[in-house]
Amino acid sequence: MVYLTRKAEFSASHYYHNPEFSPEENQRIFGKCNNPNGHGHNYTLEVTVRGEIDPRSGFVVDLKQLKDIMSREVLDALDHRFLNREVPEFATQIPTTENLAIAIWQRLVPKLRAAQLHRVRVYERPDLFVDYYGEA
Amino acid sequence: MKAHLTRRYFFSASHRLHSDDLSPEQNRVTYGKCNNPYGHGHNYTVEVTVSGPVDPRTGMVCNLVDLDGFVHNEILQRYDHQNLNLLKEFGSVVPTTENLCVSIYQILKRGFDTAHLERVRIEETMMNSFEYAGEE
Repeated sequence: MVYLTRKAEFSASHYYHNPEFSPEENQRIFGKCNNPNGHGHNYTLEVTVRGEIDPRSGFVVDLKQLKDIMSREVLDALDHRFLNREVPEFATQIPTTENLAIAIWQRLVPKLRAAQLHRVRVYERPDLFVDYYGEA
Repeated sequence: MKAHLTRRYFFSASHRLHSDDLSPEQNRVTYGKCNNPYGHGHNYTVEVTVSGPVDPRTGMVCNLVDLDGFVHNEILQRYDHQNLNLLKEFGSVVPTTENLCVSIYQILKRGFDTAHLERVRIEETMMNSFEYAGEE
């Protein structure tokens, strides 16, 4: 079994707000991230797939195919977007890095055929990242 | 939906690697330059990984304010700009980065109960890093 990781970058804005909380609770829990006008990050995405090496190609997965799937399913939808308003998953969920990693996983899983998705890692900043491995 | 969240922190400290159980010659052979009696220092990077279900109300594994507060008060305050050899935990334990990983893991394990502690990883320099994930 070999693991292969592909990186990509995207930039997006978001804010954290739960309509079930009072304004004071939202402010207390989410702090500066609660500003309704949003703020942005340069995100780094790492997608790790695993599989056996195909003896004919020497590949775990066709990198071009993986890149195209990541571009189409993730980057086209998220890059230079306001996540709360423009990405359907975040109409009902708060676009935290945790939920972003899960949403990206759910976008990729049905599209990956040759290799198995192992991990989605999303860096919100260089000092903060979330890993999601699916539900075991 | 279980996710892993990792946050990176930074501190600077000095240490000397020396074991009273080894002869001066054995210490020099074992620890090389790190055995210099006057000590030397590093800029350490600490990665703390916690895990847990993503709270549907907040979208978070744990509130970063809580994790940052704990690490700042209990870990960075303790180690930043200190000589590690003079700290209680390194009275009879050599302050290698392996042992530092274990100490920091234990501080978190004892005092931080907001999310499950997965792992502590420390980069001593850009060229080496150490991880401790507790005992099985």
